[in-house]
Amino acid sequence: MEQKSLVTIADHSREKIEYLIQMAQEFECHPNRRLLEGKVVATLFFEPSTRTRLSFETAANRLGARVIGFADPKVTSGTKGETLKDTIMMVSNYADIIVMRHYLEGAARYASEIAPVPIVNAGDGANQHPSQTMLDLYSIYKTQGRLDDLDIFLVGDLKYGRTVHSMLTAMHHFNPTFHFIAPEELAMPEMYKKFCREHGIRYVEHTDFNAEVISGADILYMTRVQRERFTDLMEYERVKDRYLLKLDMLSKARPNMKILHPLPRVNEIEYSIDENPHAYYFEQAHNGLFARQALLCDALGITLEDVKNDKTIID
Amino acid sequence: MNCKKQLMVAAIENGTVIDHIPSEKLFAVVNLLHLDRMTSAVTIGYNLESQELGKKSIIKMADKFFTDDELNQLAVICPNLTLCIIRDYEIVEKRTVTLPSELRGIVRCANPKCITNNEPMKTLFHIHDHNALKCHYCNTIINLDDVQLVNNK
Repeated sequence: MEQKSLVTIADHSREKIEYLIQMAQEFECHPNRRLLEGKVVATLFFEPSTRTRLSFETAANRLGARVIGFADPKVTSGTKGETLKDTIMMVSNYADIIVMRHYLEGAARYASEIAPVPIVNAGDGANQHPSQTMLDLYSIYKTQGRLDDLDIFLVGDLKYGRTVHSMLTAMHHFNPTFHFIAPEELAMPEMYKKFCREHGIRYVEHTDFNAEVISGADILYMTRVQRERFTDLMEYERVKDRYLLKLDMLSKARPNMKILHPLPRVNEIEYSIDENPHAYYFEQAHNGLFARQALLCDALGITLEDVKNDKTIID
Repeated sequence: MNCKKQLMVAAIENGTVIDHIPSEKLFAVVNLLHLDRMTSAVTIGYNLESQELGKKSIIKMADKFFTDDELNQLAVICPNLTLCIIRDYEIVEKRTVTLPSELRGIVRCANPKCITNNEPMKTLFHIHDHNALKCHYCNTIINLDDVQLVNNK
């Protein structure tokens, strides 16, 4: 079995992304198995993230693995000055795989270079969050029936939002058309627009956010406009409500359009939309379980074939 | 004029001469090549007149020959250096430096939240778009003009 770390979705080809989606589908049919029985999964959260940690731990538990780890970095030796390397080497002695979230950028890449066991990046600062991207792609695939030739509208903080950057990188295999909807202060950075041009990806920029602008969307991907990103708080007050999705803005939406949001939501989507058939963000989070089951198995060298022929399903 | 320069920076019998160093980059070159650890004679000319550069600097290192990899690192701070390999007072080889495709342990990442600035580890950069470097770990892109070297004491 070939073990391999997952640091960034940018390492994955189109074929690999489709392969992982197929694997996630298998897990969605039968999430409870004993496929990882006898394995120990370590979840090292050097930065708290309840949502991601619970999702990974549920994925491991439903596959029969045991889970060790910490959710609060204050309890680790990192506070005593231990290096990341020492922590990773120590935990590698105990666990078969390490899922880690770290506040420093590049921490997962470094850990994957030194650890004898596979590392799954559960977010490294503002850098990468590949399991979020994988569940986003799985959600897009599930709701649209394909990943190719879609109109994807990204809304909110496109400057700092790592989920939208990873989405852009991963979707470049699938001939998308992007629409970037953001205030000027939080517009898509030039390097990502350059990436689009270099890969022949069409994109349109908007600062307005209304029914007309979003009428052509297959996917409406909402992100949070965060107060702390603004140097001028007057400017924040001016723009914050401009990117609130209201129920009446869905009047011209395509029937297949789905609204995604990486959550937590604060003030981006009116609560009245939750019951609307276009809303998909809670199902999206649920899909994270199956996507993470696939990522854990893939990192441990378990193939799609193994999953299809699995005799350990618990019904 | 030539005569005066030769007096200021004496010729060497065998070794390496690095010429056309912009004066503001001299001490970065000295650090990068670890000249403070050398035991053979090193002559440094600082702020010499240069028609091309205004002020230039020059380093002559007796009995010292570098590998291509060591010398190519210099391209990060001065892409237009000229190097002369001297044997028996004669220039036997003249060469320029070329930027290697990756740089390990030389350049400091500009991102304070990069793991390389917080762990005892070597940095690693890849060439990005000809005139910039990309951090292998945090993906930060640094323009070659803004490069800071690691403090590798």
